[in-house]
Amino acid sequence: MGTLSVDIAGLRLQNPVLTASGTFGYGEEFEDLMDVNSLGGIIVKGTTLHPRQGNPSVRMAETPSGMLNAVGLQNKGVDYFIEHIYPRITQKFSTEIIVNVAGSCVADYEAVCEKLAPLDRIRAVEINISCPNVKQGGMAFGTTCQGAAEVTKAVRKAWPKTLIMKLSPNVTSITDIAKAVEAEGADSVSLINTLMGMAVDVKRRKAVLSTITGGLSGPCVKPVALRMVWQTAKAVSIPVIGLGGISSTEDALEFIMAGATAVQVGTASFVEPRTAEMIAHGLADYCRDNGLSSISEIRGII
Amino acid sequence: MTQILDFKVRSIERLSGAYALLKLSPCAGSLPEGIAPGQFVQVRIEDSPSTYLRRPISVCMADYDAGELWLLVRNAGAGTKRMVEAKEGDVFNIVMPLGHGFSLEKREGSILLVGGGVGVAPLLYLGKALKANGMKPEFALGARSSADLLLLDEFSKYGPVHLTTEDGSLGEKGFIINHSRFSEEISHIACCGPTPMMKAVAKIAKQRGISCEVSLENVMACGLGACLCCVEDTADEGNVCVCKEGPVFNANRLKWEL
Repeated sequence: MGTLSVDIAGLRLQNPVLTASGTFGYGEEFEDLMDVNSLGGIIVKGTTLHPRQGNPSVRMAETPSGMLNAVGLQNKGVDYFIEHIYPRITQKFSTEIIVNVAGSCVADYEAVCEKLAPLDRIRAVEINISCPNVKQGGMAFGTTCQGAAEVTKAVRKAWPKTLIMKLSPNVTSITDIAKAVEAEGADSVSLINTLMGMAVDVKRRKAVLSTITGGLSGPCVKPVALRMVWQTAKAVSIPVIGLGGISSTEDALEFIMAGATAVQVGTASFVEPRTAEMIAHGLADYCRDNGLSSISEIRGII
Repeated sequence: MTQILDFKVRSIERLSGAYALLKLSPCAGSLPEGIAPGQFVQVRIEDSPSTYLRRPISVCMADYDAGELWLLVRNAGAGTKRMVEAKEGDVFNIVMPLGHGFSLEKREGSILLVGGGVGVAPLLYLGKALKANGMKPEFALGARSSADLLLLDEFSKYGPVHLTTEDGSLGEKGFIINHSRFSEEISHIACCGPTPMMKAVAKIAKQRGISCEVSLENVMACGLGACLCCVEDTADEGNVCVCKEGPVFNANRLKWEL
């Protein structure tokens, strides 16, 4: 294992830096600007059983140190992904490709996982039970232990490889949810997804987003995300993947020290497309400068 | 190919009202090849507590002789304010060039470049490119009043300039679509400005069977086609990213009710 190598329940990543679903397209959108293969992996856009058009405009509102989004899981569906996108990106990129899976009912999640299971280059899925923009399903699952457990149990049967459950922060106790999905066989949890927020256009006297509420992300959520990662890492034995406002090597180190095995870079890629690559290099520099033979030496020290 | 470069402000001209024309060149190396009219750039705004994302600004001119990128900016909020108040020597980090620009295909007959407000910006580079390609661009620019008609000397280098102001302070009085030039022959229209203006122009183009391109301004986050925040509904492909499939669209591709 290299200095930065990490293991998520058998899934080996060359370094702990991933890009977050919905923020990095399918990697191609960034290939001119950075070396996608320098990353531990990319997590592609939330994939649903059927194509989704997503929400009407306006889908985005800038906030201080962040943004709100109400994209609504626009994607061309799993069949299109398998037929058109998967062959192309697996040829272009050698880095780990993880598919984020979304659904509005348990059967949908299962069906998508079943279709993805034969794909050799997809060694992990990340289950989105926490998207706050979808009117039916998504939000509901991730906010209760029963809902989270139900989805986990169902996809565990349909997906034999590494199973990551992506948790919603819009809950009373993130550790209860994490423990519930761990009990149903999740290999790992990733957190946090976006925080539910809203913005009002005072001039027009209307909500800015077409859906009124949307998901908050960016540096402004980091303290909440970090706290939840720390709590969760103490509560479960499975590896925790941390995300929420990570924009620098220092941010990534905070999450690792708080207990994260890997991290995801999301919104920061919009402002500085090379962020994830810079953090991967930054972590290597940190290990060298601090005499660490493995990044795991500082994991969970808080 | 899209790049991320630091650009230095070589000159900044404060124009009437809330506008400024910034001329920038890369801190290192030369202006990237292949910047096309209708493309845009994403400008990073530093030291601004209320803003976070980059600001998408049209390429007003890519002056390869001087090695300069021109950005015509209107102070519309904290981000653009920072640009309008920039000083010579300030450095801005820019992702560029982005998006799908205007068509430069050879056409006979006149090509009318219709613009309103700060929307005139990309039409300058387009006019220059069309003229360089042997075509006959003409400009039809409209604004509320003469203070909002920008860079007229520059436009007149590339073709006749027809003007309207709502208050009649310069040119014909009224909206740009009411300008007498519209009653004459037009072979193609390229349009950029406030959405109601573009819709009115697209409607005329549709009625007269004139091909028409418009440049959209949807709110953007990444500008790279990854986040899907800036989508516009199209007749052929549903929601597509304005930053990638656009910002320039054939008007008949859009789901506008004209």
